[in-house]
Amino acid sequence: MSRERSFQILRTVVSMLIATLVAFVIIILVSETPMASIKTFIIGPFTSGRYLGNIVEVAIPLTFSGLAMAVLFQTSLFNLGAEGIFFLSGAIGSLVAIWVPLPAFIHPLVAILAGAIVGAVIMFIPGVLKAKFGASELVTSLMLNNILLGVGCYILNHVMRDASVSSLVSLKFSESALLSKLIPGTKVHTGLLIVIAAVVIIYIFLYKSKWGYELRMTGINTAFAKYSGINIVKVIILAHLIAGILAGTGGVVENLGMHKRFEWTALPGYGFDGAMIATLAGNNPIGVVGAALFVAYLRIGADLVNRFSDIPTEMISILQCVIILLVSAERFLYKYKQKWIEKEAR
Amino acid sequence: MGTLFSMIFTTDFFYSILRVTTPILFASMGAVVANLAGTPNIALEGIMLITAFIGMYVSFISTSAWIGLIAAVGAGMLAAGILAFFTLYYRTNVILGGIAINSLASGGTIFFLYLVASDKGTSISLASKVLPQINIPLIQDIPVLGRIISGHNLLTYLSILSVAVVYYTIKRTPLGLRMRAVGEKQEAAESVGINVIKTKAIAIIISGALAGFGGAFMSMGYVSWFSRDMVSGRGWIAIAAEAMGRTTALGTAVTSLLFGTADAFANSVSVLGWPADLVNTIPYCATLVGLFIFSVREYRKRQQ
Repeated sequence: MSRERSFQILRTVVSMLIATLVAFVIIILVSETPMASIKTFIIGPFTSGRYLGNIVEVAIPLTFSGLAMAVLFQTSLFNLGAEGIFFLSGAIGSLVAIWVPLPAFIHPLVAILAGAIVGAVIMFIPGVLKAKFGASELVTSLMLNNILLGVGCYILNHVMRDASVSSLVSLKFSESALLSKLIPGTKVHTGLLIVIAAVVIIYIFLYKSKWGYELRMTGINTAFAKYSGINIVKVIILAHLIAGILAGTGGVVENLGMHKRFEWTALPGYGFDGAMIATLAGNNPIGVVGAALFVAYLRIGADLVNRFSDIPTEMISILQCVIILLVSAERFLYKYKQKWIEKEAR
Repeated sequence: MGTLFSMIFTTDFFYSILRVTTPILFASMGAVVANLAGTPNIALEGIMLITAFIGMYVSFISTSAWIGLIAAVGAGMLAAGILAFFTLYYRTNVILGGIAINSLASGGTIFFLYLVASDKGTSISLASKVLPQINIPLIQDIPVLGRIISGHNLLTYLSILSVAVVYYTIKRTPLGLRMRAVGEKQEAAESVGINVIKTKAIAIIISGALAGFGGAFMSMGYVSWFSRDMVSGRGWIAIAAEAMGRTTALGTAVTSLLFGTADAFANSVSVLGWPADLVNTIPYCATLVGLFIFSVREYRKRQQ
């Protein structure tokens, strides 16, 4: 492994440690029982099988969105549309889960397929606008997020709302549509198998296939890729479609695996989380799994501290801010990096 | 149809257009300044949320709305300063930096709200202050027009003033010229001795200050309390307005007003039972179509 690469890993680890230290500082400042709270935060998630299960449950949607963003970032595309797609695909998948009568095994697959298609179709819009006409995929995807939110809310409010319940939720999914539980004693569901498959497929695609190679080359240097005969228009649209499929699948899997009704009334935040996960993972599909598990671990830790002590769970978003800023900071620890690499060269 | 018009197009409706446009206008001016210097600031949403909270809390502590306003604007500059420091000095990607600030804002404000008000929803239990409403002498006596233009919150008038200030700064000051040069072609600007990092930092911090005014309006004018996620997408609307207004101060002011109108319209038709969810998407759909037309035109121009 080159020193360049190992330094990136080192910097990521340092950033994770700093984020954890920030958590300690917050706990010490706020908590009445700081030592007990810190212990709960760090060790708590490992103390029972149920909590370990929670980590995996939380990591599943994070992995989907992290993969989607990693594919886009590898192509140097800044598209944040995964946020809206999670929401709308979740809603469309819910429609299928509520009303389309199908046998048990097929039902969730059809719902997920519907969500994936919706995701791909939506991502096609910023993809074509970027690839053909050079419109900023960032701005178009941000606009799309708000449009998808409106459409999803409309579907929830006017099509599938359960009027017999006071809170704003959809009708119950039919039993046959739910993803079955995988590990007894936890809520870990068969979505885990789907996400593992997705990680493997995306890894092989990016690093072992011709298209994946074209996609990475475009990301590294678009002009060079163009001169060496790569069809940039195709590559950009392809990256968008893959990201759309991943985000759409994630949205439906999360709903059918973790919930009995569609309960989102605002954008769930997975798209932006995905950007954090992909950055933390260095845009590597295998790294995405580790990053998702780490963020999930922090969240479960913060959740436990909130439950057994006196610190609001929202502490987690302060940590996320620190992680994103430090991990993506190219010049963070730069001086040491230069020295270290020069030493090797000598 | 006639009754629909008479129900919607009242003086109250036109008054509310100016009211709902205020935060959008401030933030979109911030988006113009930041984007002009080549650093798209997608943290506007988060900065407005942070400053709305700070304005509410400091005005409660100090029992002065003015100190609250100053603190809110200062907090906006500080948050933008953090973004500028990381993106310019540590070379964090500016989009990821924006996501980081937004994350900090969405959870951080709830975190501190809980600490100061023992409530994760609103700050109604804290007696925070509001900025004064201004009745303009003479104009307030004009029938119809007086009731639309006069009697707004101080910040509404300041938001209109901010358009003039941003326009003048961009067009007529050395700073504006430098910002345009840096945004247009960074290397060229550098070669004639412009300090690129400093110029970009100033642009980001100005955008933070403008978003700070917008946030202060939310909790000390629009309503008199802070509630979680109270900015609810206005920062994104501002970015849409800036994209539609093609990064010009006046164009963006016009699109902000259009989006404010759409917002006020959505509010009034939801009373009539129209689907507000869909009406709310109109500004974004319009922007998407506008961007599409614009980029196709640019593309054709390049082809020729």
